[in-house]
Amino acid sequence: MLAQGLLILAAVLFLGFTFLRRRSPASFRSIEAYERLNRSVGLAVEDGTRLHISLGRGNLFTARGGSALAGLAMLRRLAERTSVSDRPPVVTSGDASLAILSQDTLQSGYRAAGAEEQYRFSTGRLTGLTPFSYAAGAIPTIHDEHVSTNIILGDLGAESALLAEASDRENANLIAASDNLSAQSIFYASSQEPLIGEELFAAGAYVGAGTAHEASLNVQDILRWLIILGIIVGIVLKIVETLGALI
Amino acid sequence: MLRVFTAALAIAAGIFVLLGYFYPEQLESLRLILVDWAIIIAGIAILVGIFNLAVVQMGKFSTRQKGGMYGLLLVISLFATFAAGVILGPENLYMRLAVDAVIVPVEASLMAILAVTLIYASIRLLRRRVDVVSVLFLVVALIFLFLVMPTPIGPIPGDRAMLDFLGMFSRGGARGLLIGIALGTLLTGLRVLFGVDRPYGGN
Repeated sequence: MLAQGLLILAAVLFLGFTFLRRRSPASFRSIEAYERLNRSVGLAVEDGTRLHISLGRGNLFTARGGSALAGLAMLRRLAERTSVSDRPPVVTSGDASLAILSQDTLQSGYRAAGAEEQYRFSTGRLTGLTPFSYAAGAIPTIHDEHVSTNIILGDLGAESALLAEASDRENANLIAASDNLSAQSIFYASSQEPLIGEELFAAGAYVGAGTAHEASLNVQDILRWLIILGIIVGIVLKIVETLGALI
Repeated sequence: MLRVFTAALAIAAGIFVLLGYFYPEQLESLRLILVDWAIIIAGIAILVGIFNLAVVQMGKFSTRQKGGMYGLLLVISLFATFAAGVILGPENLYMRLAVDAVIVPVEASLMAILAVTLIYASIRLLRRRVDVVSVLFLVVALIFLFLVMPTPIGPIPGDRAMLDFLGMFSRGGARGLLIGIALGTLLTGLRVLFGVDRPYGGN
């Protein structure tokens, strides 16, 4: 019952805020990593280097698929913005379904930019099906394909350290976020501006993916406050119950 | 027209699967059928993905890109192992040897590299960002390592109490992060269900 209520509330708020944001665009706090990402995209197009986008290995049949879908939403926008580049972005993933979706998303981005003939299916790659084979397959892309910025967004584990290290060796920008706590701590130590927790899901809104992404952030904020309120009420009730038992 | 149809089909399937969780008596069988179909498609997707991997590696080799020879080696190994697996079966001694003597040691060696990489990243953290949070991050990581590592004198007195005390903060932080991630996942799912995000080529 609670889950249904939360879902319906989130859906109603989402639709409401999407409608509202069409009339008045939102202004969000500055997140340095996304500002750097927007700068890097422009620079990559100008200096003829490449973006490498790693979507991790989030299986779409599990709860981990959420981060992969968020990465795909960002990819759609980045593909559109970099479609005129001499070196198109390369997307690597560690899950076959995700790799196919990344190809579809790239193609959609090129089509939206009116440059569908530039699309090559080989730019959306499956590099391995286990965590380490995925990392081992993605590392040569970072080293050998004139990559100036690595964007790692998705479900990864400890193997993310190998990708971060490869990026560092090439002096490339690293923008990284994950839904996995181990990967988050690794990215905290490895990247200049770490993205923590739900900041991963803000990628779409910060790269200009549309009002629905901005509305999502508003709804996330409201739900977060409701949860905080619920936790505080729970604490107060527990204290009252304990005091009542003592008295 | 086709794009609208695929989007409508995907959204309808998503809504039925979601409703199947809330109304299992009415929609459980339909939900299971849809999930079974999706699993079959995902199985085929693995073959498509492996084909994609082989094409990319052969492309590297044929255009004489850096590491192209490794790509060729990978494709030859891939098809040789696949053929041997189909002919001999996955339980065959030689097939198990290929896993135990090649794949497991290679992954273990990557794990060893990972340990070195993580230590190196920790050392460089203070060069990259010197602030209170970074120092706290490193100090807490060192304390945890110190408390859980085996020592020649046996357990350190009070280590369990210290771990429980510090664990209280780290568990709280982790739960906070996970709640945020759950909310993000919920909203991402809603965007897909409402057809705003269409990663299946419908955009």
